[in-house]
Amino acid sequence: MSSAAFYLISAIILGGALAMITSRSLVRSVIWMVVSFVGVGALFLLLEAEFIAAVQILVYAGGIVVLFLFVVMLVNLDELQRVEYLHRQWLPAVLLICLLLAELGFMMWAGAGDTVVPLPDQDQLDAVLRSVRGGNVETIGMTLYTDYILPFEVVSVLLLVAMIGAIYLAKERV
Amino acid sequence: MNNTWLSDYVIIPLILILAILAIFPLLVGYIVYVERKVLAFIQSRLGPMRVGPYGLLQPIADALKLLTKEDIAPRNADVFVFKIAPIILLVIGFTGLAFLPMGEGFELFGYDVSLSIVDVNVGVLFLLAIMSLSTYSLVLGGWASNSKYPLLGALRSAAQMVSYEVALTFTILATLLLAGTLSMSGIIDAQREAGLWYIFVQPVGFVLFIIAMVAETNRLPFDLPEADTELVAGYFTEYSGFRWSFFMLGEYAAMVVMSGLLVTLYLGGWMRPFPNVELLSFLDFIPGFTWFVLKVGFFIYFFIWLRGTYPRYRYDQLMGLGWKVFIPVSIANLFITALAIIVMDSVFG
Repeated sequence: MSSAAFYLISAIILGGALAMITSRSLVRSVIWMVVSFVGVGALFLLLEAEFIAAVQILVYAGGIVVLFLFVVMLVNLDELQRVEYLHRQWLPAVLLICLLLAELGFMMWAGAGDTVVPLPDQDQLDAVLRSVRGGNVETIGMTLYTDYILPFEVVSVLLLVAMIGAIYLAKERV
Repeated sequence: MNNTWLSDYVIIPLILILAILAIFPLLVGYIVYVERKVLAFIQSRLGPMRVGPYGLLQPIADALKLLTKEDIAPRNADVFVFKIAPIILLVIGFTGLAFLPMGEGFELFGYDVSLSIVDVNVGVLFLLAIMSLSTYSLVLGGWASNSKYPLLGALRSAAQMVSYEVALTFTILATLLLAGTLSMSGIIDAQREAGLWYIFVQPVGFVLFIIAMVAETNRLPFDLPEADTELVAGYFTEYSGFRWSFFMLGEYAAMVVMSGLLVTLYLGGWMRPFPNVELLSFLDFIPGFTWFVLKVGFFIYFFIWLRGTYPRYRYDQLMGLGWKVFIPVSIANLFITALAIIVMDSVFG
């Protein structure tokens, strides 16, 4: 049941990503990107990470991509239609893809005999979920603000710097 | 109880979903009728009077007219995007309805029936996430029409919804701190345990939420994306027939969802007034669903009332209000609420 859902969702994510990079219209690319992001949200949901799933949709699909769309709508689209589809880099790209596939294939072939770590069954999962009081919202909050407080603050400062930079750049032109 | 996994997660929700799908479009028709009547009375007119007694069959006539109209797309439009945009809004509006706890659970034919179709433990967050996707419909619809007024309307709606979502989220956060949960039914339970509606502890948040809600649903006095005096009809200028009616259905669904969220967060959801006062317990025979409908109905009326009495804001006033007043006030509200909770906990806890 859940593996069927996993494959279905994965197909949606990959299909969305593929349609995104092959679409000639920028706005349609953005639509496919949203499809892909919502799929990733569904994947989180499958892992019983409701909070991250909701945040994934709220922040990426609902916030960031709307801003993308905002910019894309104002770009001169005629120019894009004339751009050559596969550009000059197709040879190095194909080589890199072959390398990546070979690497993946080798890892699968080399690891074929190893024992597979079994997935936790439903009882174990439920026990873990019960042990973290209040579900994963509280767990994420506690972890972020205790164990990972330094990285968290560094990221905040980084965002603040980006924001100040953006405001400074915008102010110059007014 | 003979509830099983199948009945809890498939059959009962499916029946409720079908009921909503069947009833809601008709309900929207009558909300529009009430809106036209109330606006007419505010302006000393009669409103719809021709079809049926007091024009009561007007919504049905309108629906038939809309459904039988030709489905037109402008010649230079991006037809695929043009056609899916209204559908996105409709789907999002209806999905939002599924998150509202509409009444207390009851027993029917030996099954426990819960009147909130989706009761997840991060319900509020999911509702916000789903509603934030509705911007796409307006932006894509406006862009795909390939005409200048819809494009302007689309740009306005994107900017407006992104701005007011920030204030809305900060406002909701303060209430969530009080409730200590992100689940919609959990918030109602928390208000029952506390013995009071959160409107009395979060009056500032309540007012902020109402105004942000009006901006978020693009209703007057904040209906800049469709401002008919400047932009003809904004993002849906080029739409007609049933695709136009999808936009209308989506807009009214958003109004109902936001009113439902407001009622859940600040007015005790489907609970009767003053749930802790024993004197009023004779009211308990009234089912919770009735209270929910009454409360949501009041806020729908409030939307109409606003539309009839307030002039439209200018666009820069709207954005200035959002960024310079609402966001700072909502952050201050959140800060004071958090501080108060800590102080109360350390003094009484």
